[in-house]
Amino acid sequence: MNGFFAQFAFSPLTALLVIPAATAGLLALLPGYWVAARLNVLAAFATLVVAVSLLVDRPPAGGYLFVDDLNNVFIVLNTFVGFTTSVFSATYIGHELEIGRLTPRQLRFYHAMYQILMFAMNLGLMANNIGLMWVAIEMATLTTVLMVGIYRTHEALEAAWKYFILGSVGIAFALFGTILVYMAARPVIGEGADAMVWTTLFDKASSFSPELLNVAFVFLLLGYGTKVGLAPLHAWLPDAHAEGPTPISAVLSGLLLNVALYALLRFKMLLTVNPAALAPAPLMITMGLVSLIFASFMLYRRRDIKRMFAYSSIEHMGIIVFAFGMGGPLANFAGLLHMTMHSLTKSAIFFAVGHIAQVKGTQKIADMGGLTVTNPVLGWGLVLGVVAIAGLPPLGIFMSEFLVVSSTFARQPLLAILLVFGLLVGFGALFLRLNSIAFGEPRGASAKATASYVPMFIHLALVFVAGIYLPPPLVAWFQNVAKLLG
Amino acid sequence: MDKYYLDIAHMLAGGMVLVSFMLLYQDRMFGLLNTFAVHAMVLSASVAWQAYIQHAPHLYIPAAIALVLKGIIIPVALRRVVIRLGIHREIETVVGIGPTMLLGVGLVALSMVVMLKAAATADPLAREDLAFSLSILLLGLLMMVTRRNAVSQIVGFMSLENGLILTATAAKGMPLVVEISVAFSVLVAFIVIGVFLFRIRERFDSVDLKALDEFRGERR
Repeated sequence: MNGFFAQFAFSPLTALLVIPAATAGLLALLPGYWVAARLNVLAAFATLVVAVSLLVDRPPAGGYLFVDDLNNVFIVLNTFVGFTTSVFSATYIGHELEIGRLTPRQLRFYHAMYQILMFAMNLGLMANNIGLMWVAIEMATLTTVLMVGIYRTHEALEAAWKYFILGSVGIAFALFGTILVYMAARPVIGEGADAMVWTTLFDKASSFSPELLNVAFVFLLLGYGTKVGLAPLHAWLPDAHAEGPTPISAVLSGLLLNVALYALLRFKMLLTVNPAALAPAPLMITMGLVSLIFASFMLYRRRDIKRMFAYSSIEHMGIIVFAFGMGGPLANFAGLLHMTMHSLTKSAIFFAVGHIAQVKGTQKIADMGGLTVTNPVLGWGLVLGVVAIAGLPPLGIFMSEFLVVSSTFARQPLLAILLVFGLLVGFGALFLRLNSIAFGEPRGASAKATASYVPMFIHLALVFVAGIYLPPPLVAWFQNVAKLLG
Repeated sequence: MDKYYLDIAHMLAGGMVLVSFMLLYQDRMFGLLNTFAVHAMVLSASVAWQAYIQHAPHLYIPAAIALVLKGIIIPVALRRVVIRLGIHREIETVVGIGPTMLLGVGLVALSMVVMLKAAATADPLAREDLAFSLSILLLGLLMMVTRRNAVSQIVGFMSLENGLILTATAAKGMPLVVEISVAFSVLVAFIVIGVFLFRIRERFDSVDLKALDEFRGERR
């Protein structure tokens, strides 16, 4: 009993949950901004340290929590961006408090919610039980809904409401799919908790009833696909990004979309090992391509800077889902790399955008101009971020997009043409807007920025380095995951 | 004996599909809320029956939640919201009642075809219940799509969610059913609170924090 307890207490997996949960409780009680913001950063850092320690020493799979090569990528990325965003958030929120957009009480709520979101995302990523995974993703959705509506403006409430309703329908579909997977597993594995444990499901999936699995996957794709922001189901995403606080936009784009994607990938693996089940590839490829092309065109008419980058997130999630849909070691590797690069770049862009919107006092693109002159560091940071997200060499996204395109050319040249078309359309839109924001005559209000540039430049530096040199252990790790994904 | 177990389970699940149809043609807000309360009560009976025939006492918890929360508290709360906002007479539909009913019939047929074929190997209890609950799910979705008013959209979502709870309890021995039903109740509670806050905007034409605080009776 004692030994069991000791093992439980020191397991890094438990620590990844206990640290954010305990901090959330504490933050809900702490009144001061200064202490709360620093505690938030500290807790995020502690979580990151624990997550990195998983790379060295990995506990064996349990009935509820487990770590393997696949979710370790997501966990490390999640905690890393969670940490850098908390650093950015400290300055950002400080400014919001100063100008009175947030009250101290809302701030307490905000910080507590931030840690609860981290808790829910970590739980969703580590869950070895598909029911638990669902509960965690639902919780993450709820916390983000509350944070999107935190400014209580007309638009913010409407965005939160839209996100809420669409997210709930998505979540409901995902649950139906999850139950169907259980029904498919029950005759093989037997009743009870075992038939929802992912590792068991994966071992036995080859003998599940393929018809039930097919229907289940369609529901899971629609359900979790809504949360990923795939094209016909994306309506909530731009509003939620534009109206919430910018740190939340960064976390939504950089992390929460990934968590939903992770759930989708897990279920895709179940279908891949079952020989009689339908191939998930055509569904995922179609949804990915539609999202990419649709979002690229939507980028042109955007007037709000955060909304524009939200559409860019839909575009990139499209590319990632497309790559995983293609499957095979190379495309999976490319998809994984692209996901990592997108998370880092997009959150860096949102860090820049957040400070820019504070300096300019608006999010309207028309009221911004000549940023490289008025606020050189922010302006050039944004330029660098957009160059990276548009996929110019030598940055990381160029490399991952190149891999996606080249692996598609080798197998389906026609699809590759559509893919390149979508990428070029998006590319054009981004540079058109960047030109008016960053260069030319200074327009609109301008104040001195009180910004923390460090998180933004750390992300951009990582993306830059990844474009030139990927360390061999990382490549080996990602290749391993790509093989696992089938 | 077993046959009789199944018959009652199917009757209750089929009853829910019927009530889902009744929800589709309500044109008064109070009628809609009352019908929803009936929906939740049939769900509660259905879940309780599953608990009894599966010898799974923990399933009585979701049954009780359905009865108390969704059968009584939420309809009463929504009724108050409706009265306070003065929207009790209008239900704006996007599509007329007739076409909606026809679409509903089509959806039920579709879910029967899909589920009975896909779940051919599952045991009869689960198979038919799956078909019924997919029908309820799709009918709820249809209702959300064809109504403009937020309150009736919520009712649509809650009937959809009732279908899910039915599925979860019909899947024999499924773990975490209670947790999932609690998680969903939290979601539903949030939605009801949400409509409360959201609708205030239209009443005061602003979401002034002070107005909100005054409205809630907690002034700072």
